[in-house]
Amino acid sequence: MELIPTPLNAESEMRAKLQDTDIIGIILWIFRAVILVLVVWGTIAALLDNPYSTRQWLDFIVFGIAQGSMYALIAIGYTLVYGVLFMINFAHGEFFMSGVMTATVFLAGPMAASGFLNRNPILSLLIITLVSMAVSVLVAVVTERIAYKPLRKAPRLVPLITAIGASFFWQYFFRGLFGSEVKPFPQLEILTGTIPFLGTDILKTHVVVIIVTIIMLVGLNFFIMRTKIGKAIRAVAEDKDVAALMGIDVDRTVTITFATGAAMAGVAGVLFALVFRQVHFFMGFIPGIKAFTAAVLGGIGSVPGAAIGGFFLGMFESVGPALFLEGLGIPAPHQLKDVIAFTMLVFVLIFRPQGILGERLSEEKA
Amino acid sequence: MAKTSMNDLRIPLRLGLIAGGISLGLSAIGMVALFGQRELVTNVLTLGEVILLAAPLLLAYMSARQAPEAKAISAILYGLITGIVAALPLVALIVAASTLDLRQFLPNVSPALIELLTFNQGVIAGSLILTGVFAATGVLAAIAYNLPDQIRSPLSSGLLWTLTIGLFSEILSNRLRAFFGSGINQILFDGKALNPFAALALFIVITVIAAFWGRRKETVQEQISSLPPARQRNLRLASIAAGVVLLLILPLILGTYLSEVINNVGIFALMGLGLNIVVGFAGLLDLGYVAFFAIGAYSMAVFTSNGSLGISDLTFWSALPFCVAISAFFGLMLGLPVLRMRGDYLAIVTLGFGEIIRILALSDMLKPVIGGAQGILQIPKPPFFGTSLVQPEQLYYVILAGCLLAAFVSWRLSESRLGRQWMAMREDEDVAEAMGITLVSTKLLAFSIGAAFSGLSGAIFASKLTSIFPHSFNLLISINVLSLIIVGGMGSLPGVVVGALILVGLPELLREFAEYRLLMYGALLIVMMLMKPEGFWPSAVRRRELRSDEDDFTEAGALANEAGD
Repeated sequence: MELIPTPLNAESEMRAKLQDTDIIGIILWIFRAVILVLVVWGTIAALLDNPYSTRQWLDFIVFGIAQGSMYALIAIGYTLVYGVLFMINFAHGEFFMSGVMTATVFLAGPMAASGFLNRNPILSLLIITLVSMAVSVLVAVVTERIAYKPLRKAPRLVPLITAIGASFFWQYFFRGLFGSEVKPFPQLEILTGTIPFLGTDILKTHVVVIIVTIIMLVGLNFFIMRTKIGKAIRAVAEDKDVAALMGIDVDRTVTITFATGAAMAGVAGVLFALVFRQVHFFMGFIPGIKAFTAAVLGGIGSVPGAAIGGFFLGMFESVGPALFLEGLGIPAPHQLKDVIAFTMLVFVLIFRPQGILGERLSEEKA
Repeated sequence: MAKTSMNDLRIPLRLGLIAGGISLGLSAIGMVALFGQRELVTNVLTLGEVILLAAPLLLAYMSARQAPEAKAISAILYGLITGIVAALPLVALIVAASTLDLRQFLPNVSPALIELLTFNQGVIAGSLILTGVFAATGVLAAIAYNLPDQIRSPLSSGLLWTLTIGLFSEILSNRLRAFFGSGINQILFDGKALNPFAALALFIVITVIAAFWGRRKETVQEQISSLPPARQRNLRLASIAAGVVLLLILPLILGTYLSEVINNVGIFALMGLGLNIVVGFAGLLDLGYVAFFAIGAYSMAVFTSNGSLGISDLTFWSALPFCVAISAFFGLMLGLPVLRMRGDYLAIVTLGFGEIIRILALSDMLKPVIGGAQGILQIPKPPFFGTSLVQPEQLYYVILAGCLLAAFVSWRLSESRLGRQWMAMREDEDVAEAMGITLVSTKLLAFSIGAAFSGLSGAIFASKLTSIFPHSFNLLISINVLSLIIVGGMGSLPGVVVGALILVGLPELLREFAEYRLLMYGALLIVMMLMKPEGFWPSAVRRRELRSDEDDFTEAGALANEAGD
């Protein structure tokens, strides 16, 4: 029975350090060292051998920032909900997908067909974005009402399971609604081409993505920090019971929190469609998990953390394969882009669950 | 009745709109039209109509229950209103589809669907008929609510059984023909559905039997419990023996196609038994469980394949222990880093592991070893004394043996010291540790035993399919297995089998379901958690827990109670 005769859940760092028989700790250190050695070795090998030009590296970085912007916007939803309810909203990726799917099928497609899209590109994009946000919010509110609200006081595993259920339900609901094929998102003439920047050329879509993200993040910060509703959200995140005593409608605030996250995801969806120019019913799943990684990386529960985590993750994913996987002599390293993201998730959760900014929550039962 | 104000009517209006929304959704995503192709009773009823009417029936019943006063007439009014309101969204859909070209946006709003909704009578007459049918459904539900229980429950079991027999007509008629010739088959079924007269007769017979059994049930139970203990034991032994004999001759009864289905159920049940140890007993939510299935399958493939990637000429039987051991080892390895995580973080990390394994299997990096996207081919079927188990009927016994072994191990473990440690850890890790349980070894054992079962399942799977590809090992398998243990009841061994039969067996039999399989899984996970968090066949411990802390579980508990009333 007794494989390892030491308690592991050490409450204080001190105690853990004092127990030199903590085999798990040693094994985790070995894991850490192996990854570190691999990354450093790969990086040095890649830099010595450097198959890419400076310009290509810059391209990787810009693409990483653009990709990271989307992760950041999606990650906001995870972090807000976690801050308020201490639950991982597994279905958040589907909020992201639902808005842009609907907007593409009902608006972008017909608008492009009638030529309206390229005659009034800014107005069209604005309408598409608003509809996308509205649908995402609607899906989020319905999900919250049916699958999460009745289970507020259930054991923590229960809402997680309903969230997984909701995720698959929405994926296949939208698949049934709009069909299973990949739908093209029309190209905007105004956004084709590049802008010269620091000796390289940046795609206009990437510029738009980064600017819109920054505007959204600033707006969100204003909403959370300066408005009354934002104050209510922060109060509920701090302590639900006391917030209720102060006259805050907790249920309504939770719903607004979900809606805010979903609205951000709705915008992210449109940006995603602009960059990749296609939508699909399964498109929310992987970005959802990666955005969760970003939220954890930045420190779940912290809004600036989610943004920073998003940008970081985007960069790692975009630069990583070329930087340290290729150096290790792995063929076709870009296939393993997702492995980098997932490995980062695993390692952040193991070694620094509090993330870059944020408090340690993983071991508490909240 | 006289003082029915608008305020009172909010309940049926709201429930009616919900029902209408559900029916509209089912129609728009194409389920109604697709299921409309499967007839239950020839020229009378299709599955599409059943699922279309299910929501108004259920919600009208709920609304009748909330009607004021105990007067039948007000309940019927509520049912009627619910039914009529429920039809409105569909009428809107019919009108919209007749004026606009909805199909370019919603590919499933097809002429076939509109035909089905309007009963092929044109827009106006069709809408009226549809509203009438929905209203009648609502009234029927309200009447059913007002019937005394002794009448209602036999009627509903008669209806349910007749519909079920209708649903499986094709398979049942096939089996009947195999055993009794075409005589009885022709009386009951014509083509692929129940004959209308046969359906009526079946309904009456089942209702009468159900009514009779409802009255006699208690007396029979009393008689059995008043028997002397020795005879009771004999009775129990006899029923167990009958069960064993049934299990052994099952493939003979089922035939090739159904044996194949039951084999798939068995593969998933075996995985479910493993996940049940991790999630059900130890409370560690593992979403990357498919990784061990993949590891088991790839080990079997690499050891036994006759193709270029095979590294040894072990046979199925001699490779099996290695596959299981390798999976258990990986369970241990993947368990180590996550020892300090709890609950939802653990779920996400294991999901990450599962995806990493799948992407690695697909990548060019490991292509020389496990074949990348092309997978591994030419895996031999299990040999058996000179012959090879090729037919599904023969493979059935291999899978059955695996399931029985896993079930036996699980059963013995659940009653052991280790099992009790797992359950203590599931309830509260801190308290469990304070009671002297070593969390490290307890968790690692759960991970590796669970992984071993999954590896066994994967090994059999590889040998059964004779070729494996990375795409067979996606996250959906993990979700599938998780759903089946939740539906059956976490921590319950018979629950795993029930869950596998419902979630794997049913979709195999009803091919139309395939497209909507995950939609239904998702909905089922939510509904189960809301209404019946303990599953269909809960373990005794779990049932006690979930029932005793009703206070902690207010709304879900209340809902479950209502459903149980």
